[in-house]
Amino acid sequence: MSKKELIRLSDCVVKFDDEIILDHLNLYINDKEFLTLLGPSGCGKTTTLRIIGGFLTPNSGDVFFDGGRINDVPPHKRQVNTVFQKYALFPHLNVFENVAFGLRIAKVSGDEVRRRVTEMLELVNLKGFEKRPISSLSGGQQQRVAIARALVNRPKVLLLDEPLGALDMRLRKDMQSELKRIQQEMGITFVYVTHDQEEALAMSDTVVVMDGGRIQQIGTPEDIYNEPKNAFVADFIGESNILDGVMRADGVVEIFNRRFQCLDGGFAPDEPVDVVIRPEDVDIVSEDQGQLKGTVTQVTFKGVHYDTIVDFYGFKWLIQTTDYCPVDSRIGIKIDPDGIHVMKKSAYSGMFGDYSSYSEEYDEIGDAGVEPGGEDSGDEE
Amino acid sequence: MRNKSSRFAIPYVVWMALFVVAPILLMVVYAFTSAEGGFTLESFASMGLYLDVFTRSFKLALIATAICLLIGYPMAYLMAREGRRFQRLAMALIMLPMWMNFLLRTYAWMSILENNGLLNQLFRAVGLLRLLGVDHLELIRTQGAVVLGMVYNYLPFMILPIYSVIVKLDASLLEAARDLGASSLGVFRKVIFPLSLPGVLSGVTMVFVPSVSTFAISRLLGGGKQMMLGDLIEQQFLGGAYDPNLGAAIALVMMVIVVVCMAVMTHFGEGEEQAVVL
Repeated sequence: MSKKELIRLSDCVVKFDDEIILDHLNLYINDKEFLTLLGPSGCGKTTTLRIIGGFLTPNSGDVFFDGGRINDVPPHKRQVNTVFQKYALFPHLNVFENVAFGLRIAKVSGDEVRRRVTEMLELVNLKGFEKRPISSLSGGQQQRVAIARALVNRPKVLLLDEPLGALDMRLRKDMQSELKRIQQEMGITFVYVTHDQEEALAMSDTVVVMDGGRIQQIGTPEDIYNEPKNAFVADFIGESNILDGVMRADGVVEIFNRRFQCLDGGFAPDEPVDVVIRPEDVDIVSEDQGQLKGTVTQVTFKGVHYDTIVDFYGFKWLIQTTDYCPVDSRIGIKIDPDGIHVMKKSAYSGMFGDYSSYSEEYDEIGDAGVEPGGEDSGDEE
Repeated sequence: MRNKSSRFAIPYVVWMALFVVAPILLMVVYAFTSAEGGFTLESFASMGLYLDVFTRSFKLALIATAICLLIGYPMAYLMAREGRRFQRLAMALIMLPMWMNFLLRTYAWMSILENNGLLNQLFRAVGLLRLLGVDHLELIRTQGAVVLGMVYNYLPFMILPIYSVIVKLDASLLEAARDLGASSLGVFRKVIFPLSLPGVLSGVTMVFVPSVSTFAISRLLGGGKQMMLGDLIEQQFLGGAYDPNLGAAIALVMMVIVVVCMAVMTHFGEGEEQAVVL
């Protein structure tokens, strides 16, 4: 994959009234990459997409495309096409004419229109649907028409705004791999907006995690999952137990007054940190062999594994395990050094990563106000 | 469920049968009978005398409809694209005259257009009449006055359906068109206009049908010189030329012509949607 920069958003600010939608956003997008803007609703991801598409001009900051500033270039003059959230197909035109729309505007000759539209409909597996009215298509088929309609113009960048949101689970999985295939076949840049972290991890070369109008982290799906930068990213991408810890030395982190081996370093001595432990990285062992000891409070069968909620000194963890542990049983856990990820404290510290809300005893725990790592846990040792 | 809820439609069905279907049937019966009650086509045969009334009625109604469309479409479009405050204000201004009595509004136009009316007084005051060397301009009792009355009275019926169609257009359709390379004009030509045709169609119907059958406007502003079908029919029932059979026949023919026009237009409208892309 070439690493040529194609789009750059430089210090972009967007405000509606006094509400800041994008807060000094800096982002560059490489040619031919599949980049996903991921975040909860209201995080600014769609706003970012609309800036690239030309439907929104930032209050301040610059947008560059292929080296040129395009702040004032209107949408119809950009080499960018969009697949809209609800497809936005033209109800008065049939499938063929919907796809041909951009070519007709560009006054492409009739023969070439026919050739290119046919080629596109083949690419999205809609051969033979040319004469069908839009209203007769299923959601998945409309989705494909929308993709063909955008791609037929041979844009350098395809923008996709939660395109799979309206589809059911099965169809969504199929379309994910299909979109990836199309992107590789066409060899163009995809900028994809979604709030679905699984989708983002499955399809992207680069994931941009956003919240509150700011980029929280940019990286490959593996980076984002394995090395989240803060509690927000750790919580948003997959399931995480996020604990307060203290970094005692490089490779040594203390949680609940117990020292654990880890692979992270570079922190100040005794620096307070957030510690992420993924539910699948925890091994359940017998109580006496455990690094930590706790009580099972809830078990949910999920097919592949059990979601097991365990109470360690008042802090509830989610553990995903194939071993069934009955409720109220005492267990111990072991965590390998590579299962522990240490993050610097951030504004998000303490907001995520506690599974108390999973529990039926939520109120009771909430009232108790137990502090993990406090004196209670000391007694246990 | 279906039977239960359809029971609520009974009052409407009875109403329709009594006051819509029955009168139409009566009209047909009258049209094909003589004053003595026997079957005859005489009423239709004698209608040739009134050919000029037919042509005048349809001509004036068509002109009024065209003008309403030319004024109403841009207005509706502007309203639909503006903010909510403008929409409310414009809507109020459009509806305001309709809260006044129809005859009163038309009488108002009489006093504006009369030989010594407001307009002529104004023209006299600014010296226009002396410049032209006339005592007054013939404003009232002209076809123009009748068309003006139609446009004035029926314009809201053109604006409202078109407005309601355009305002409901999905904004993302317009963005999609721009995204695919259409300029503002292109978006209008290829997306907004074709999708607004149903509104245009109902607007045209709602202006044309009352225009073609009006009798008050032509009487008051046409001064009896611009007789239209409505006046003709009224004369057969209430006026000196009492002949309800002829009146029914004229009404029937008018109805048939209007229905045929509408059917053709609807068909044309459907064709337009396809044709507009080519």
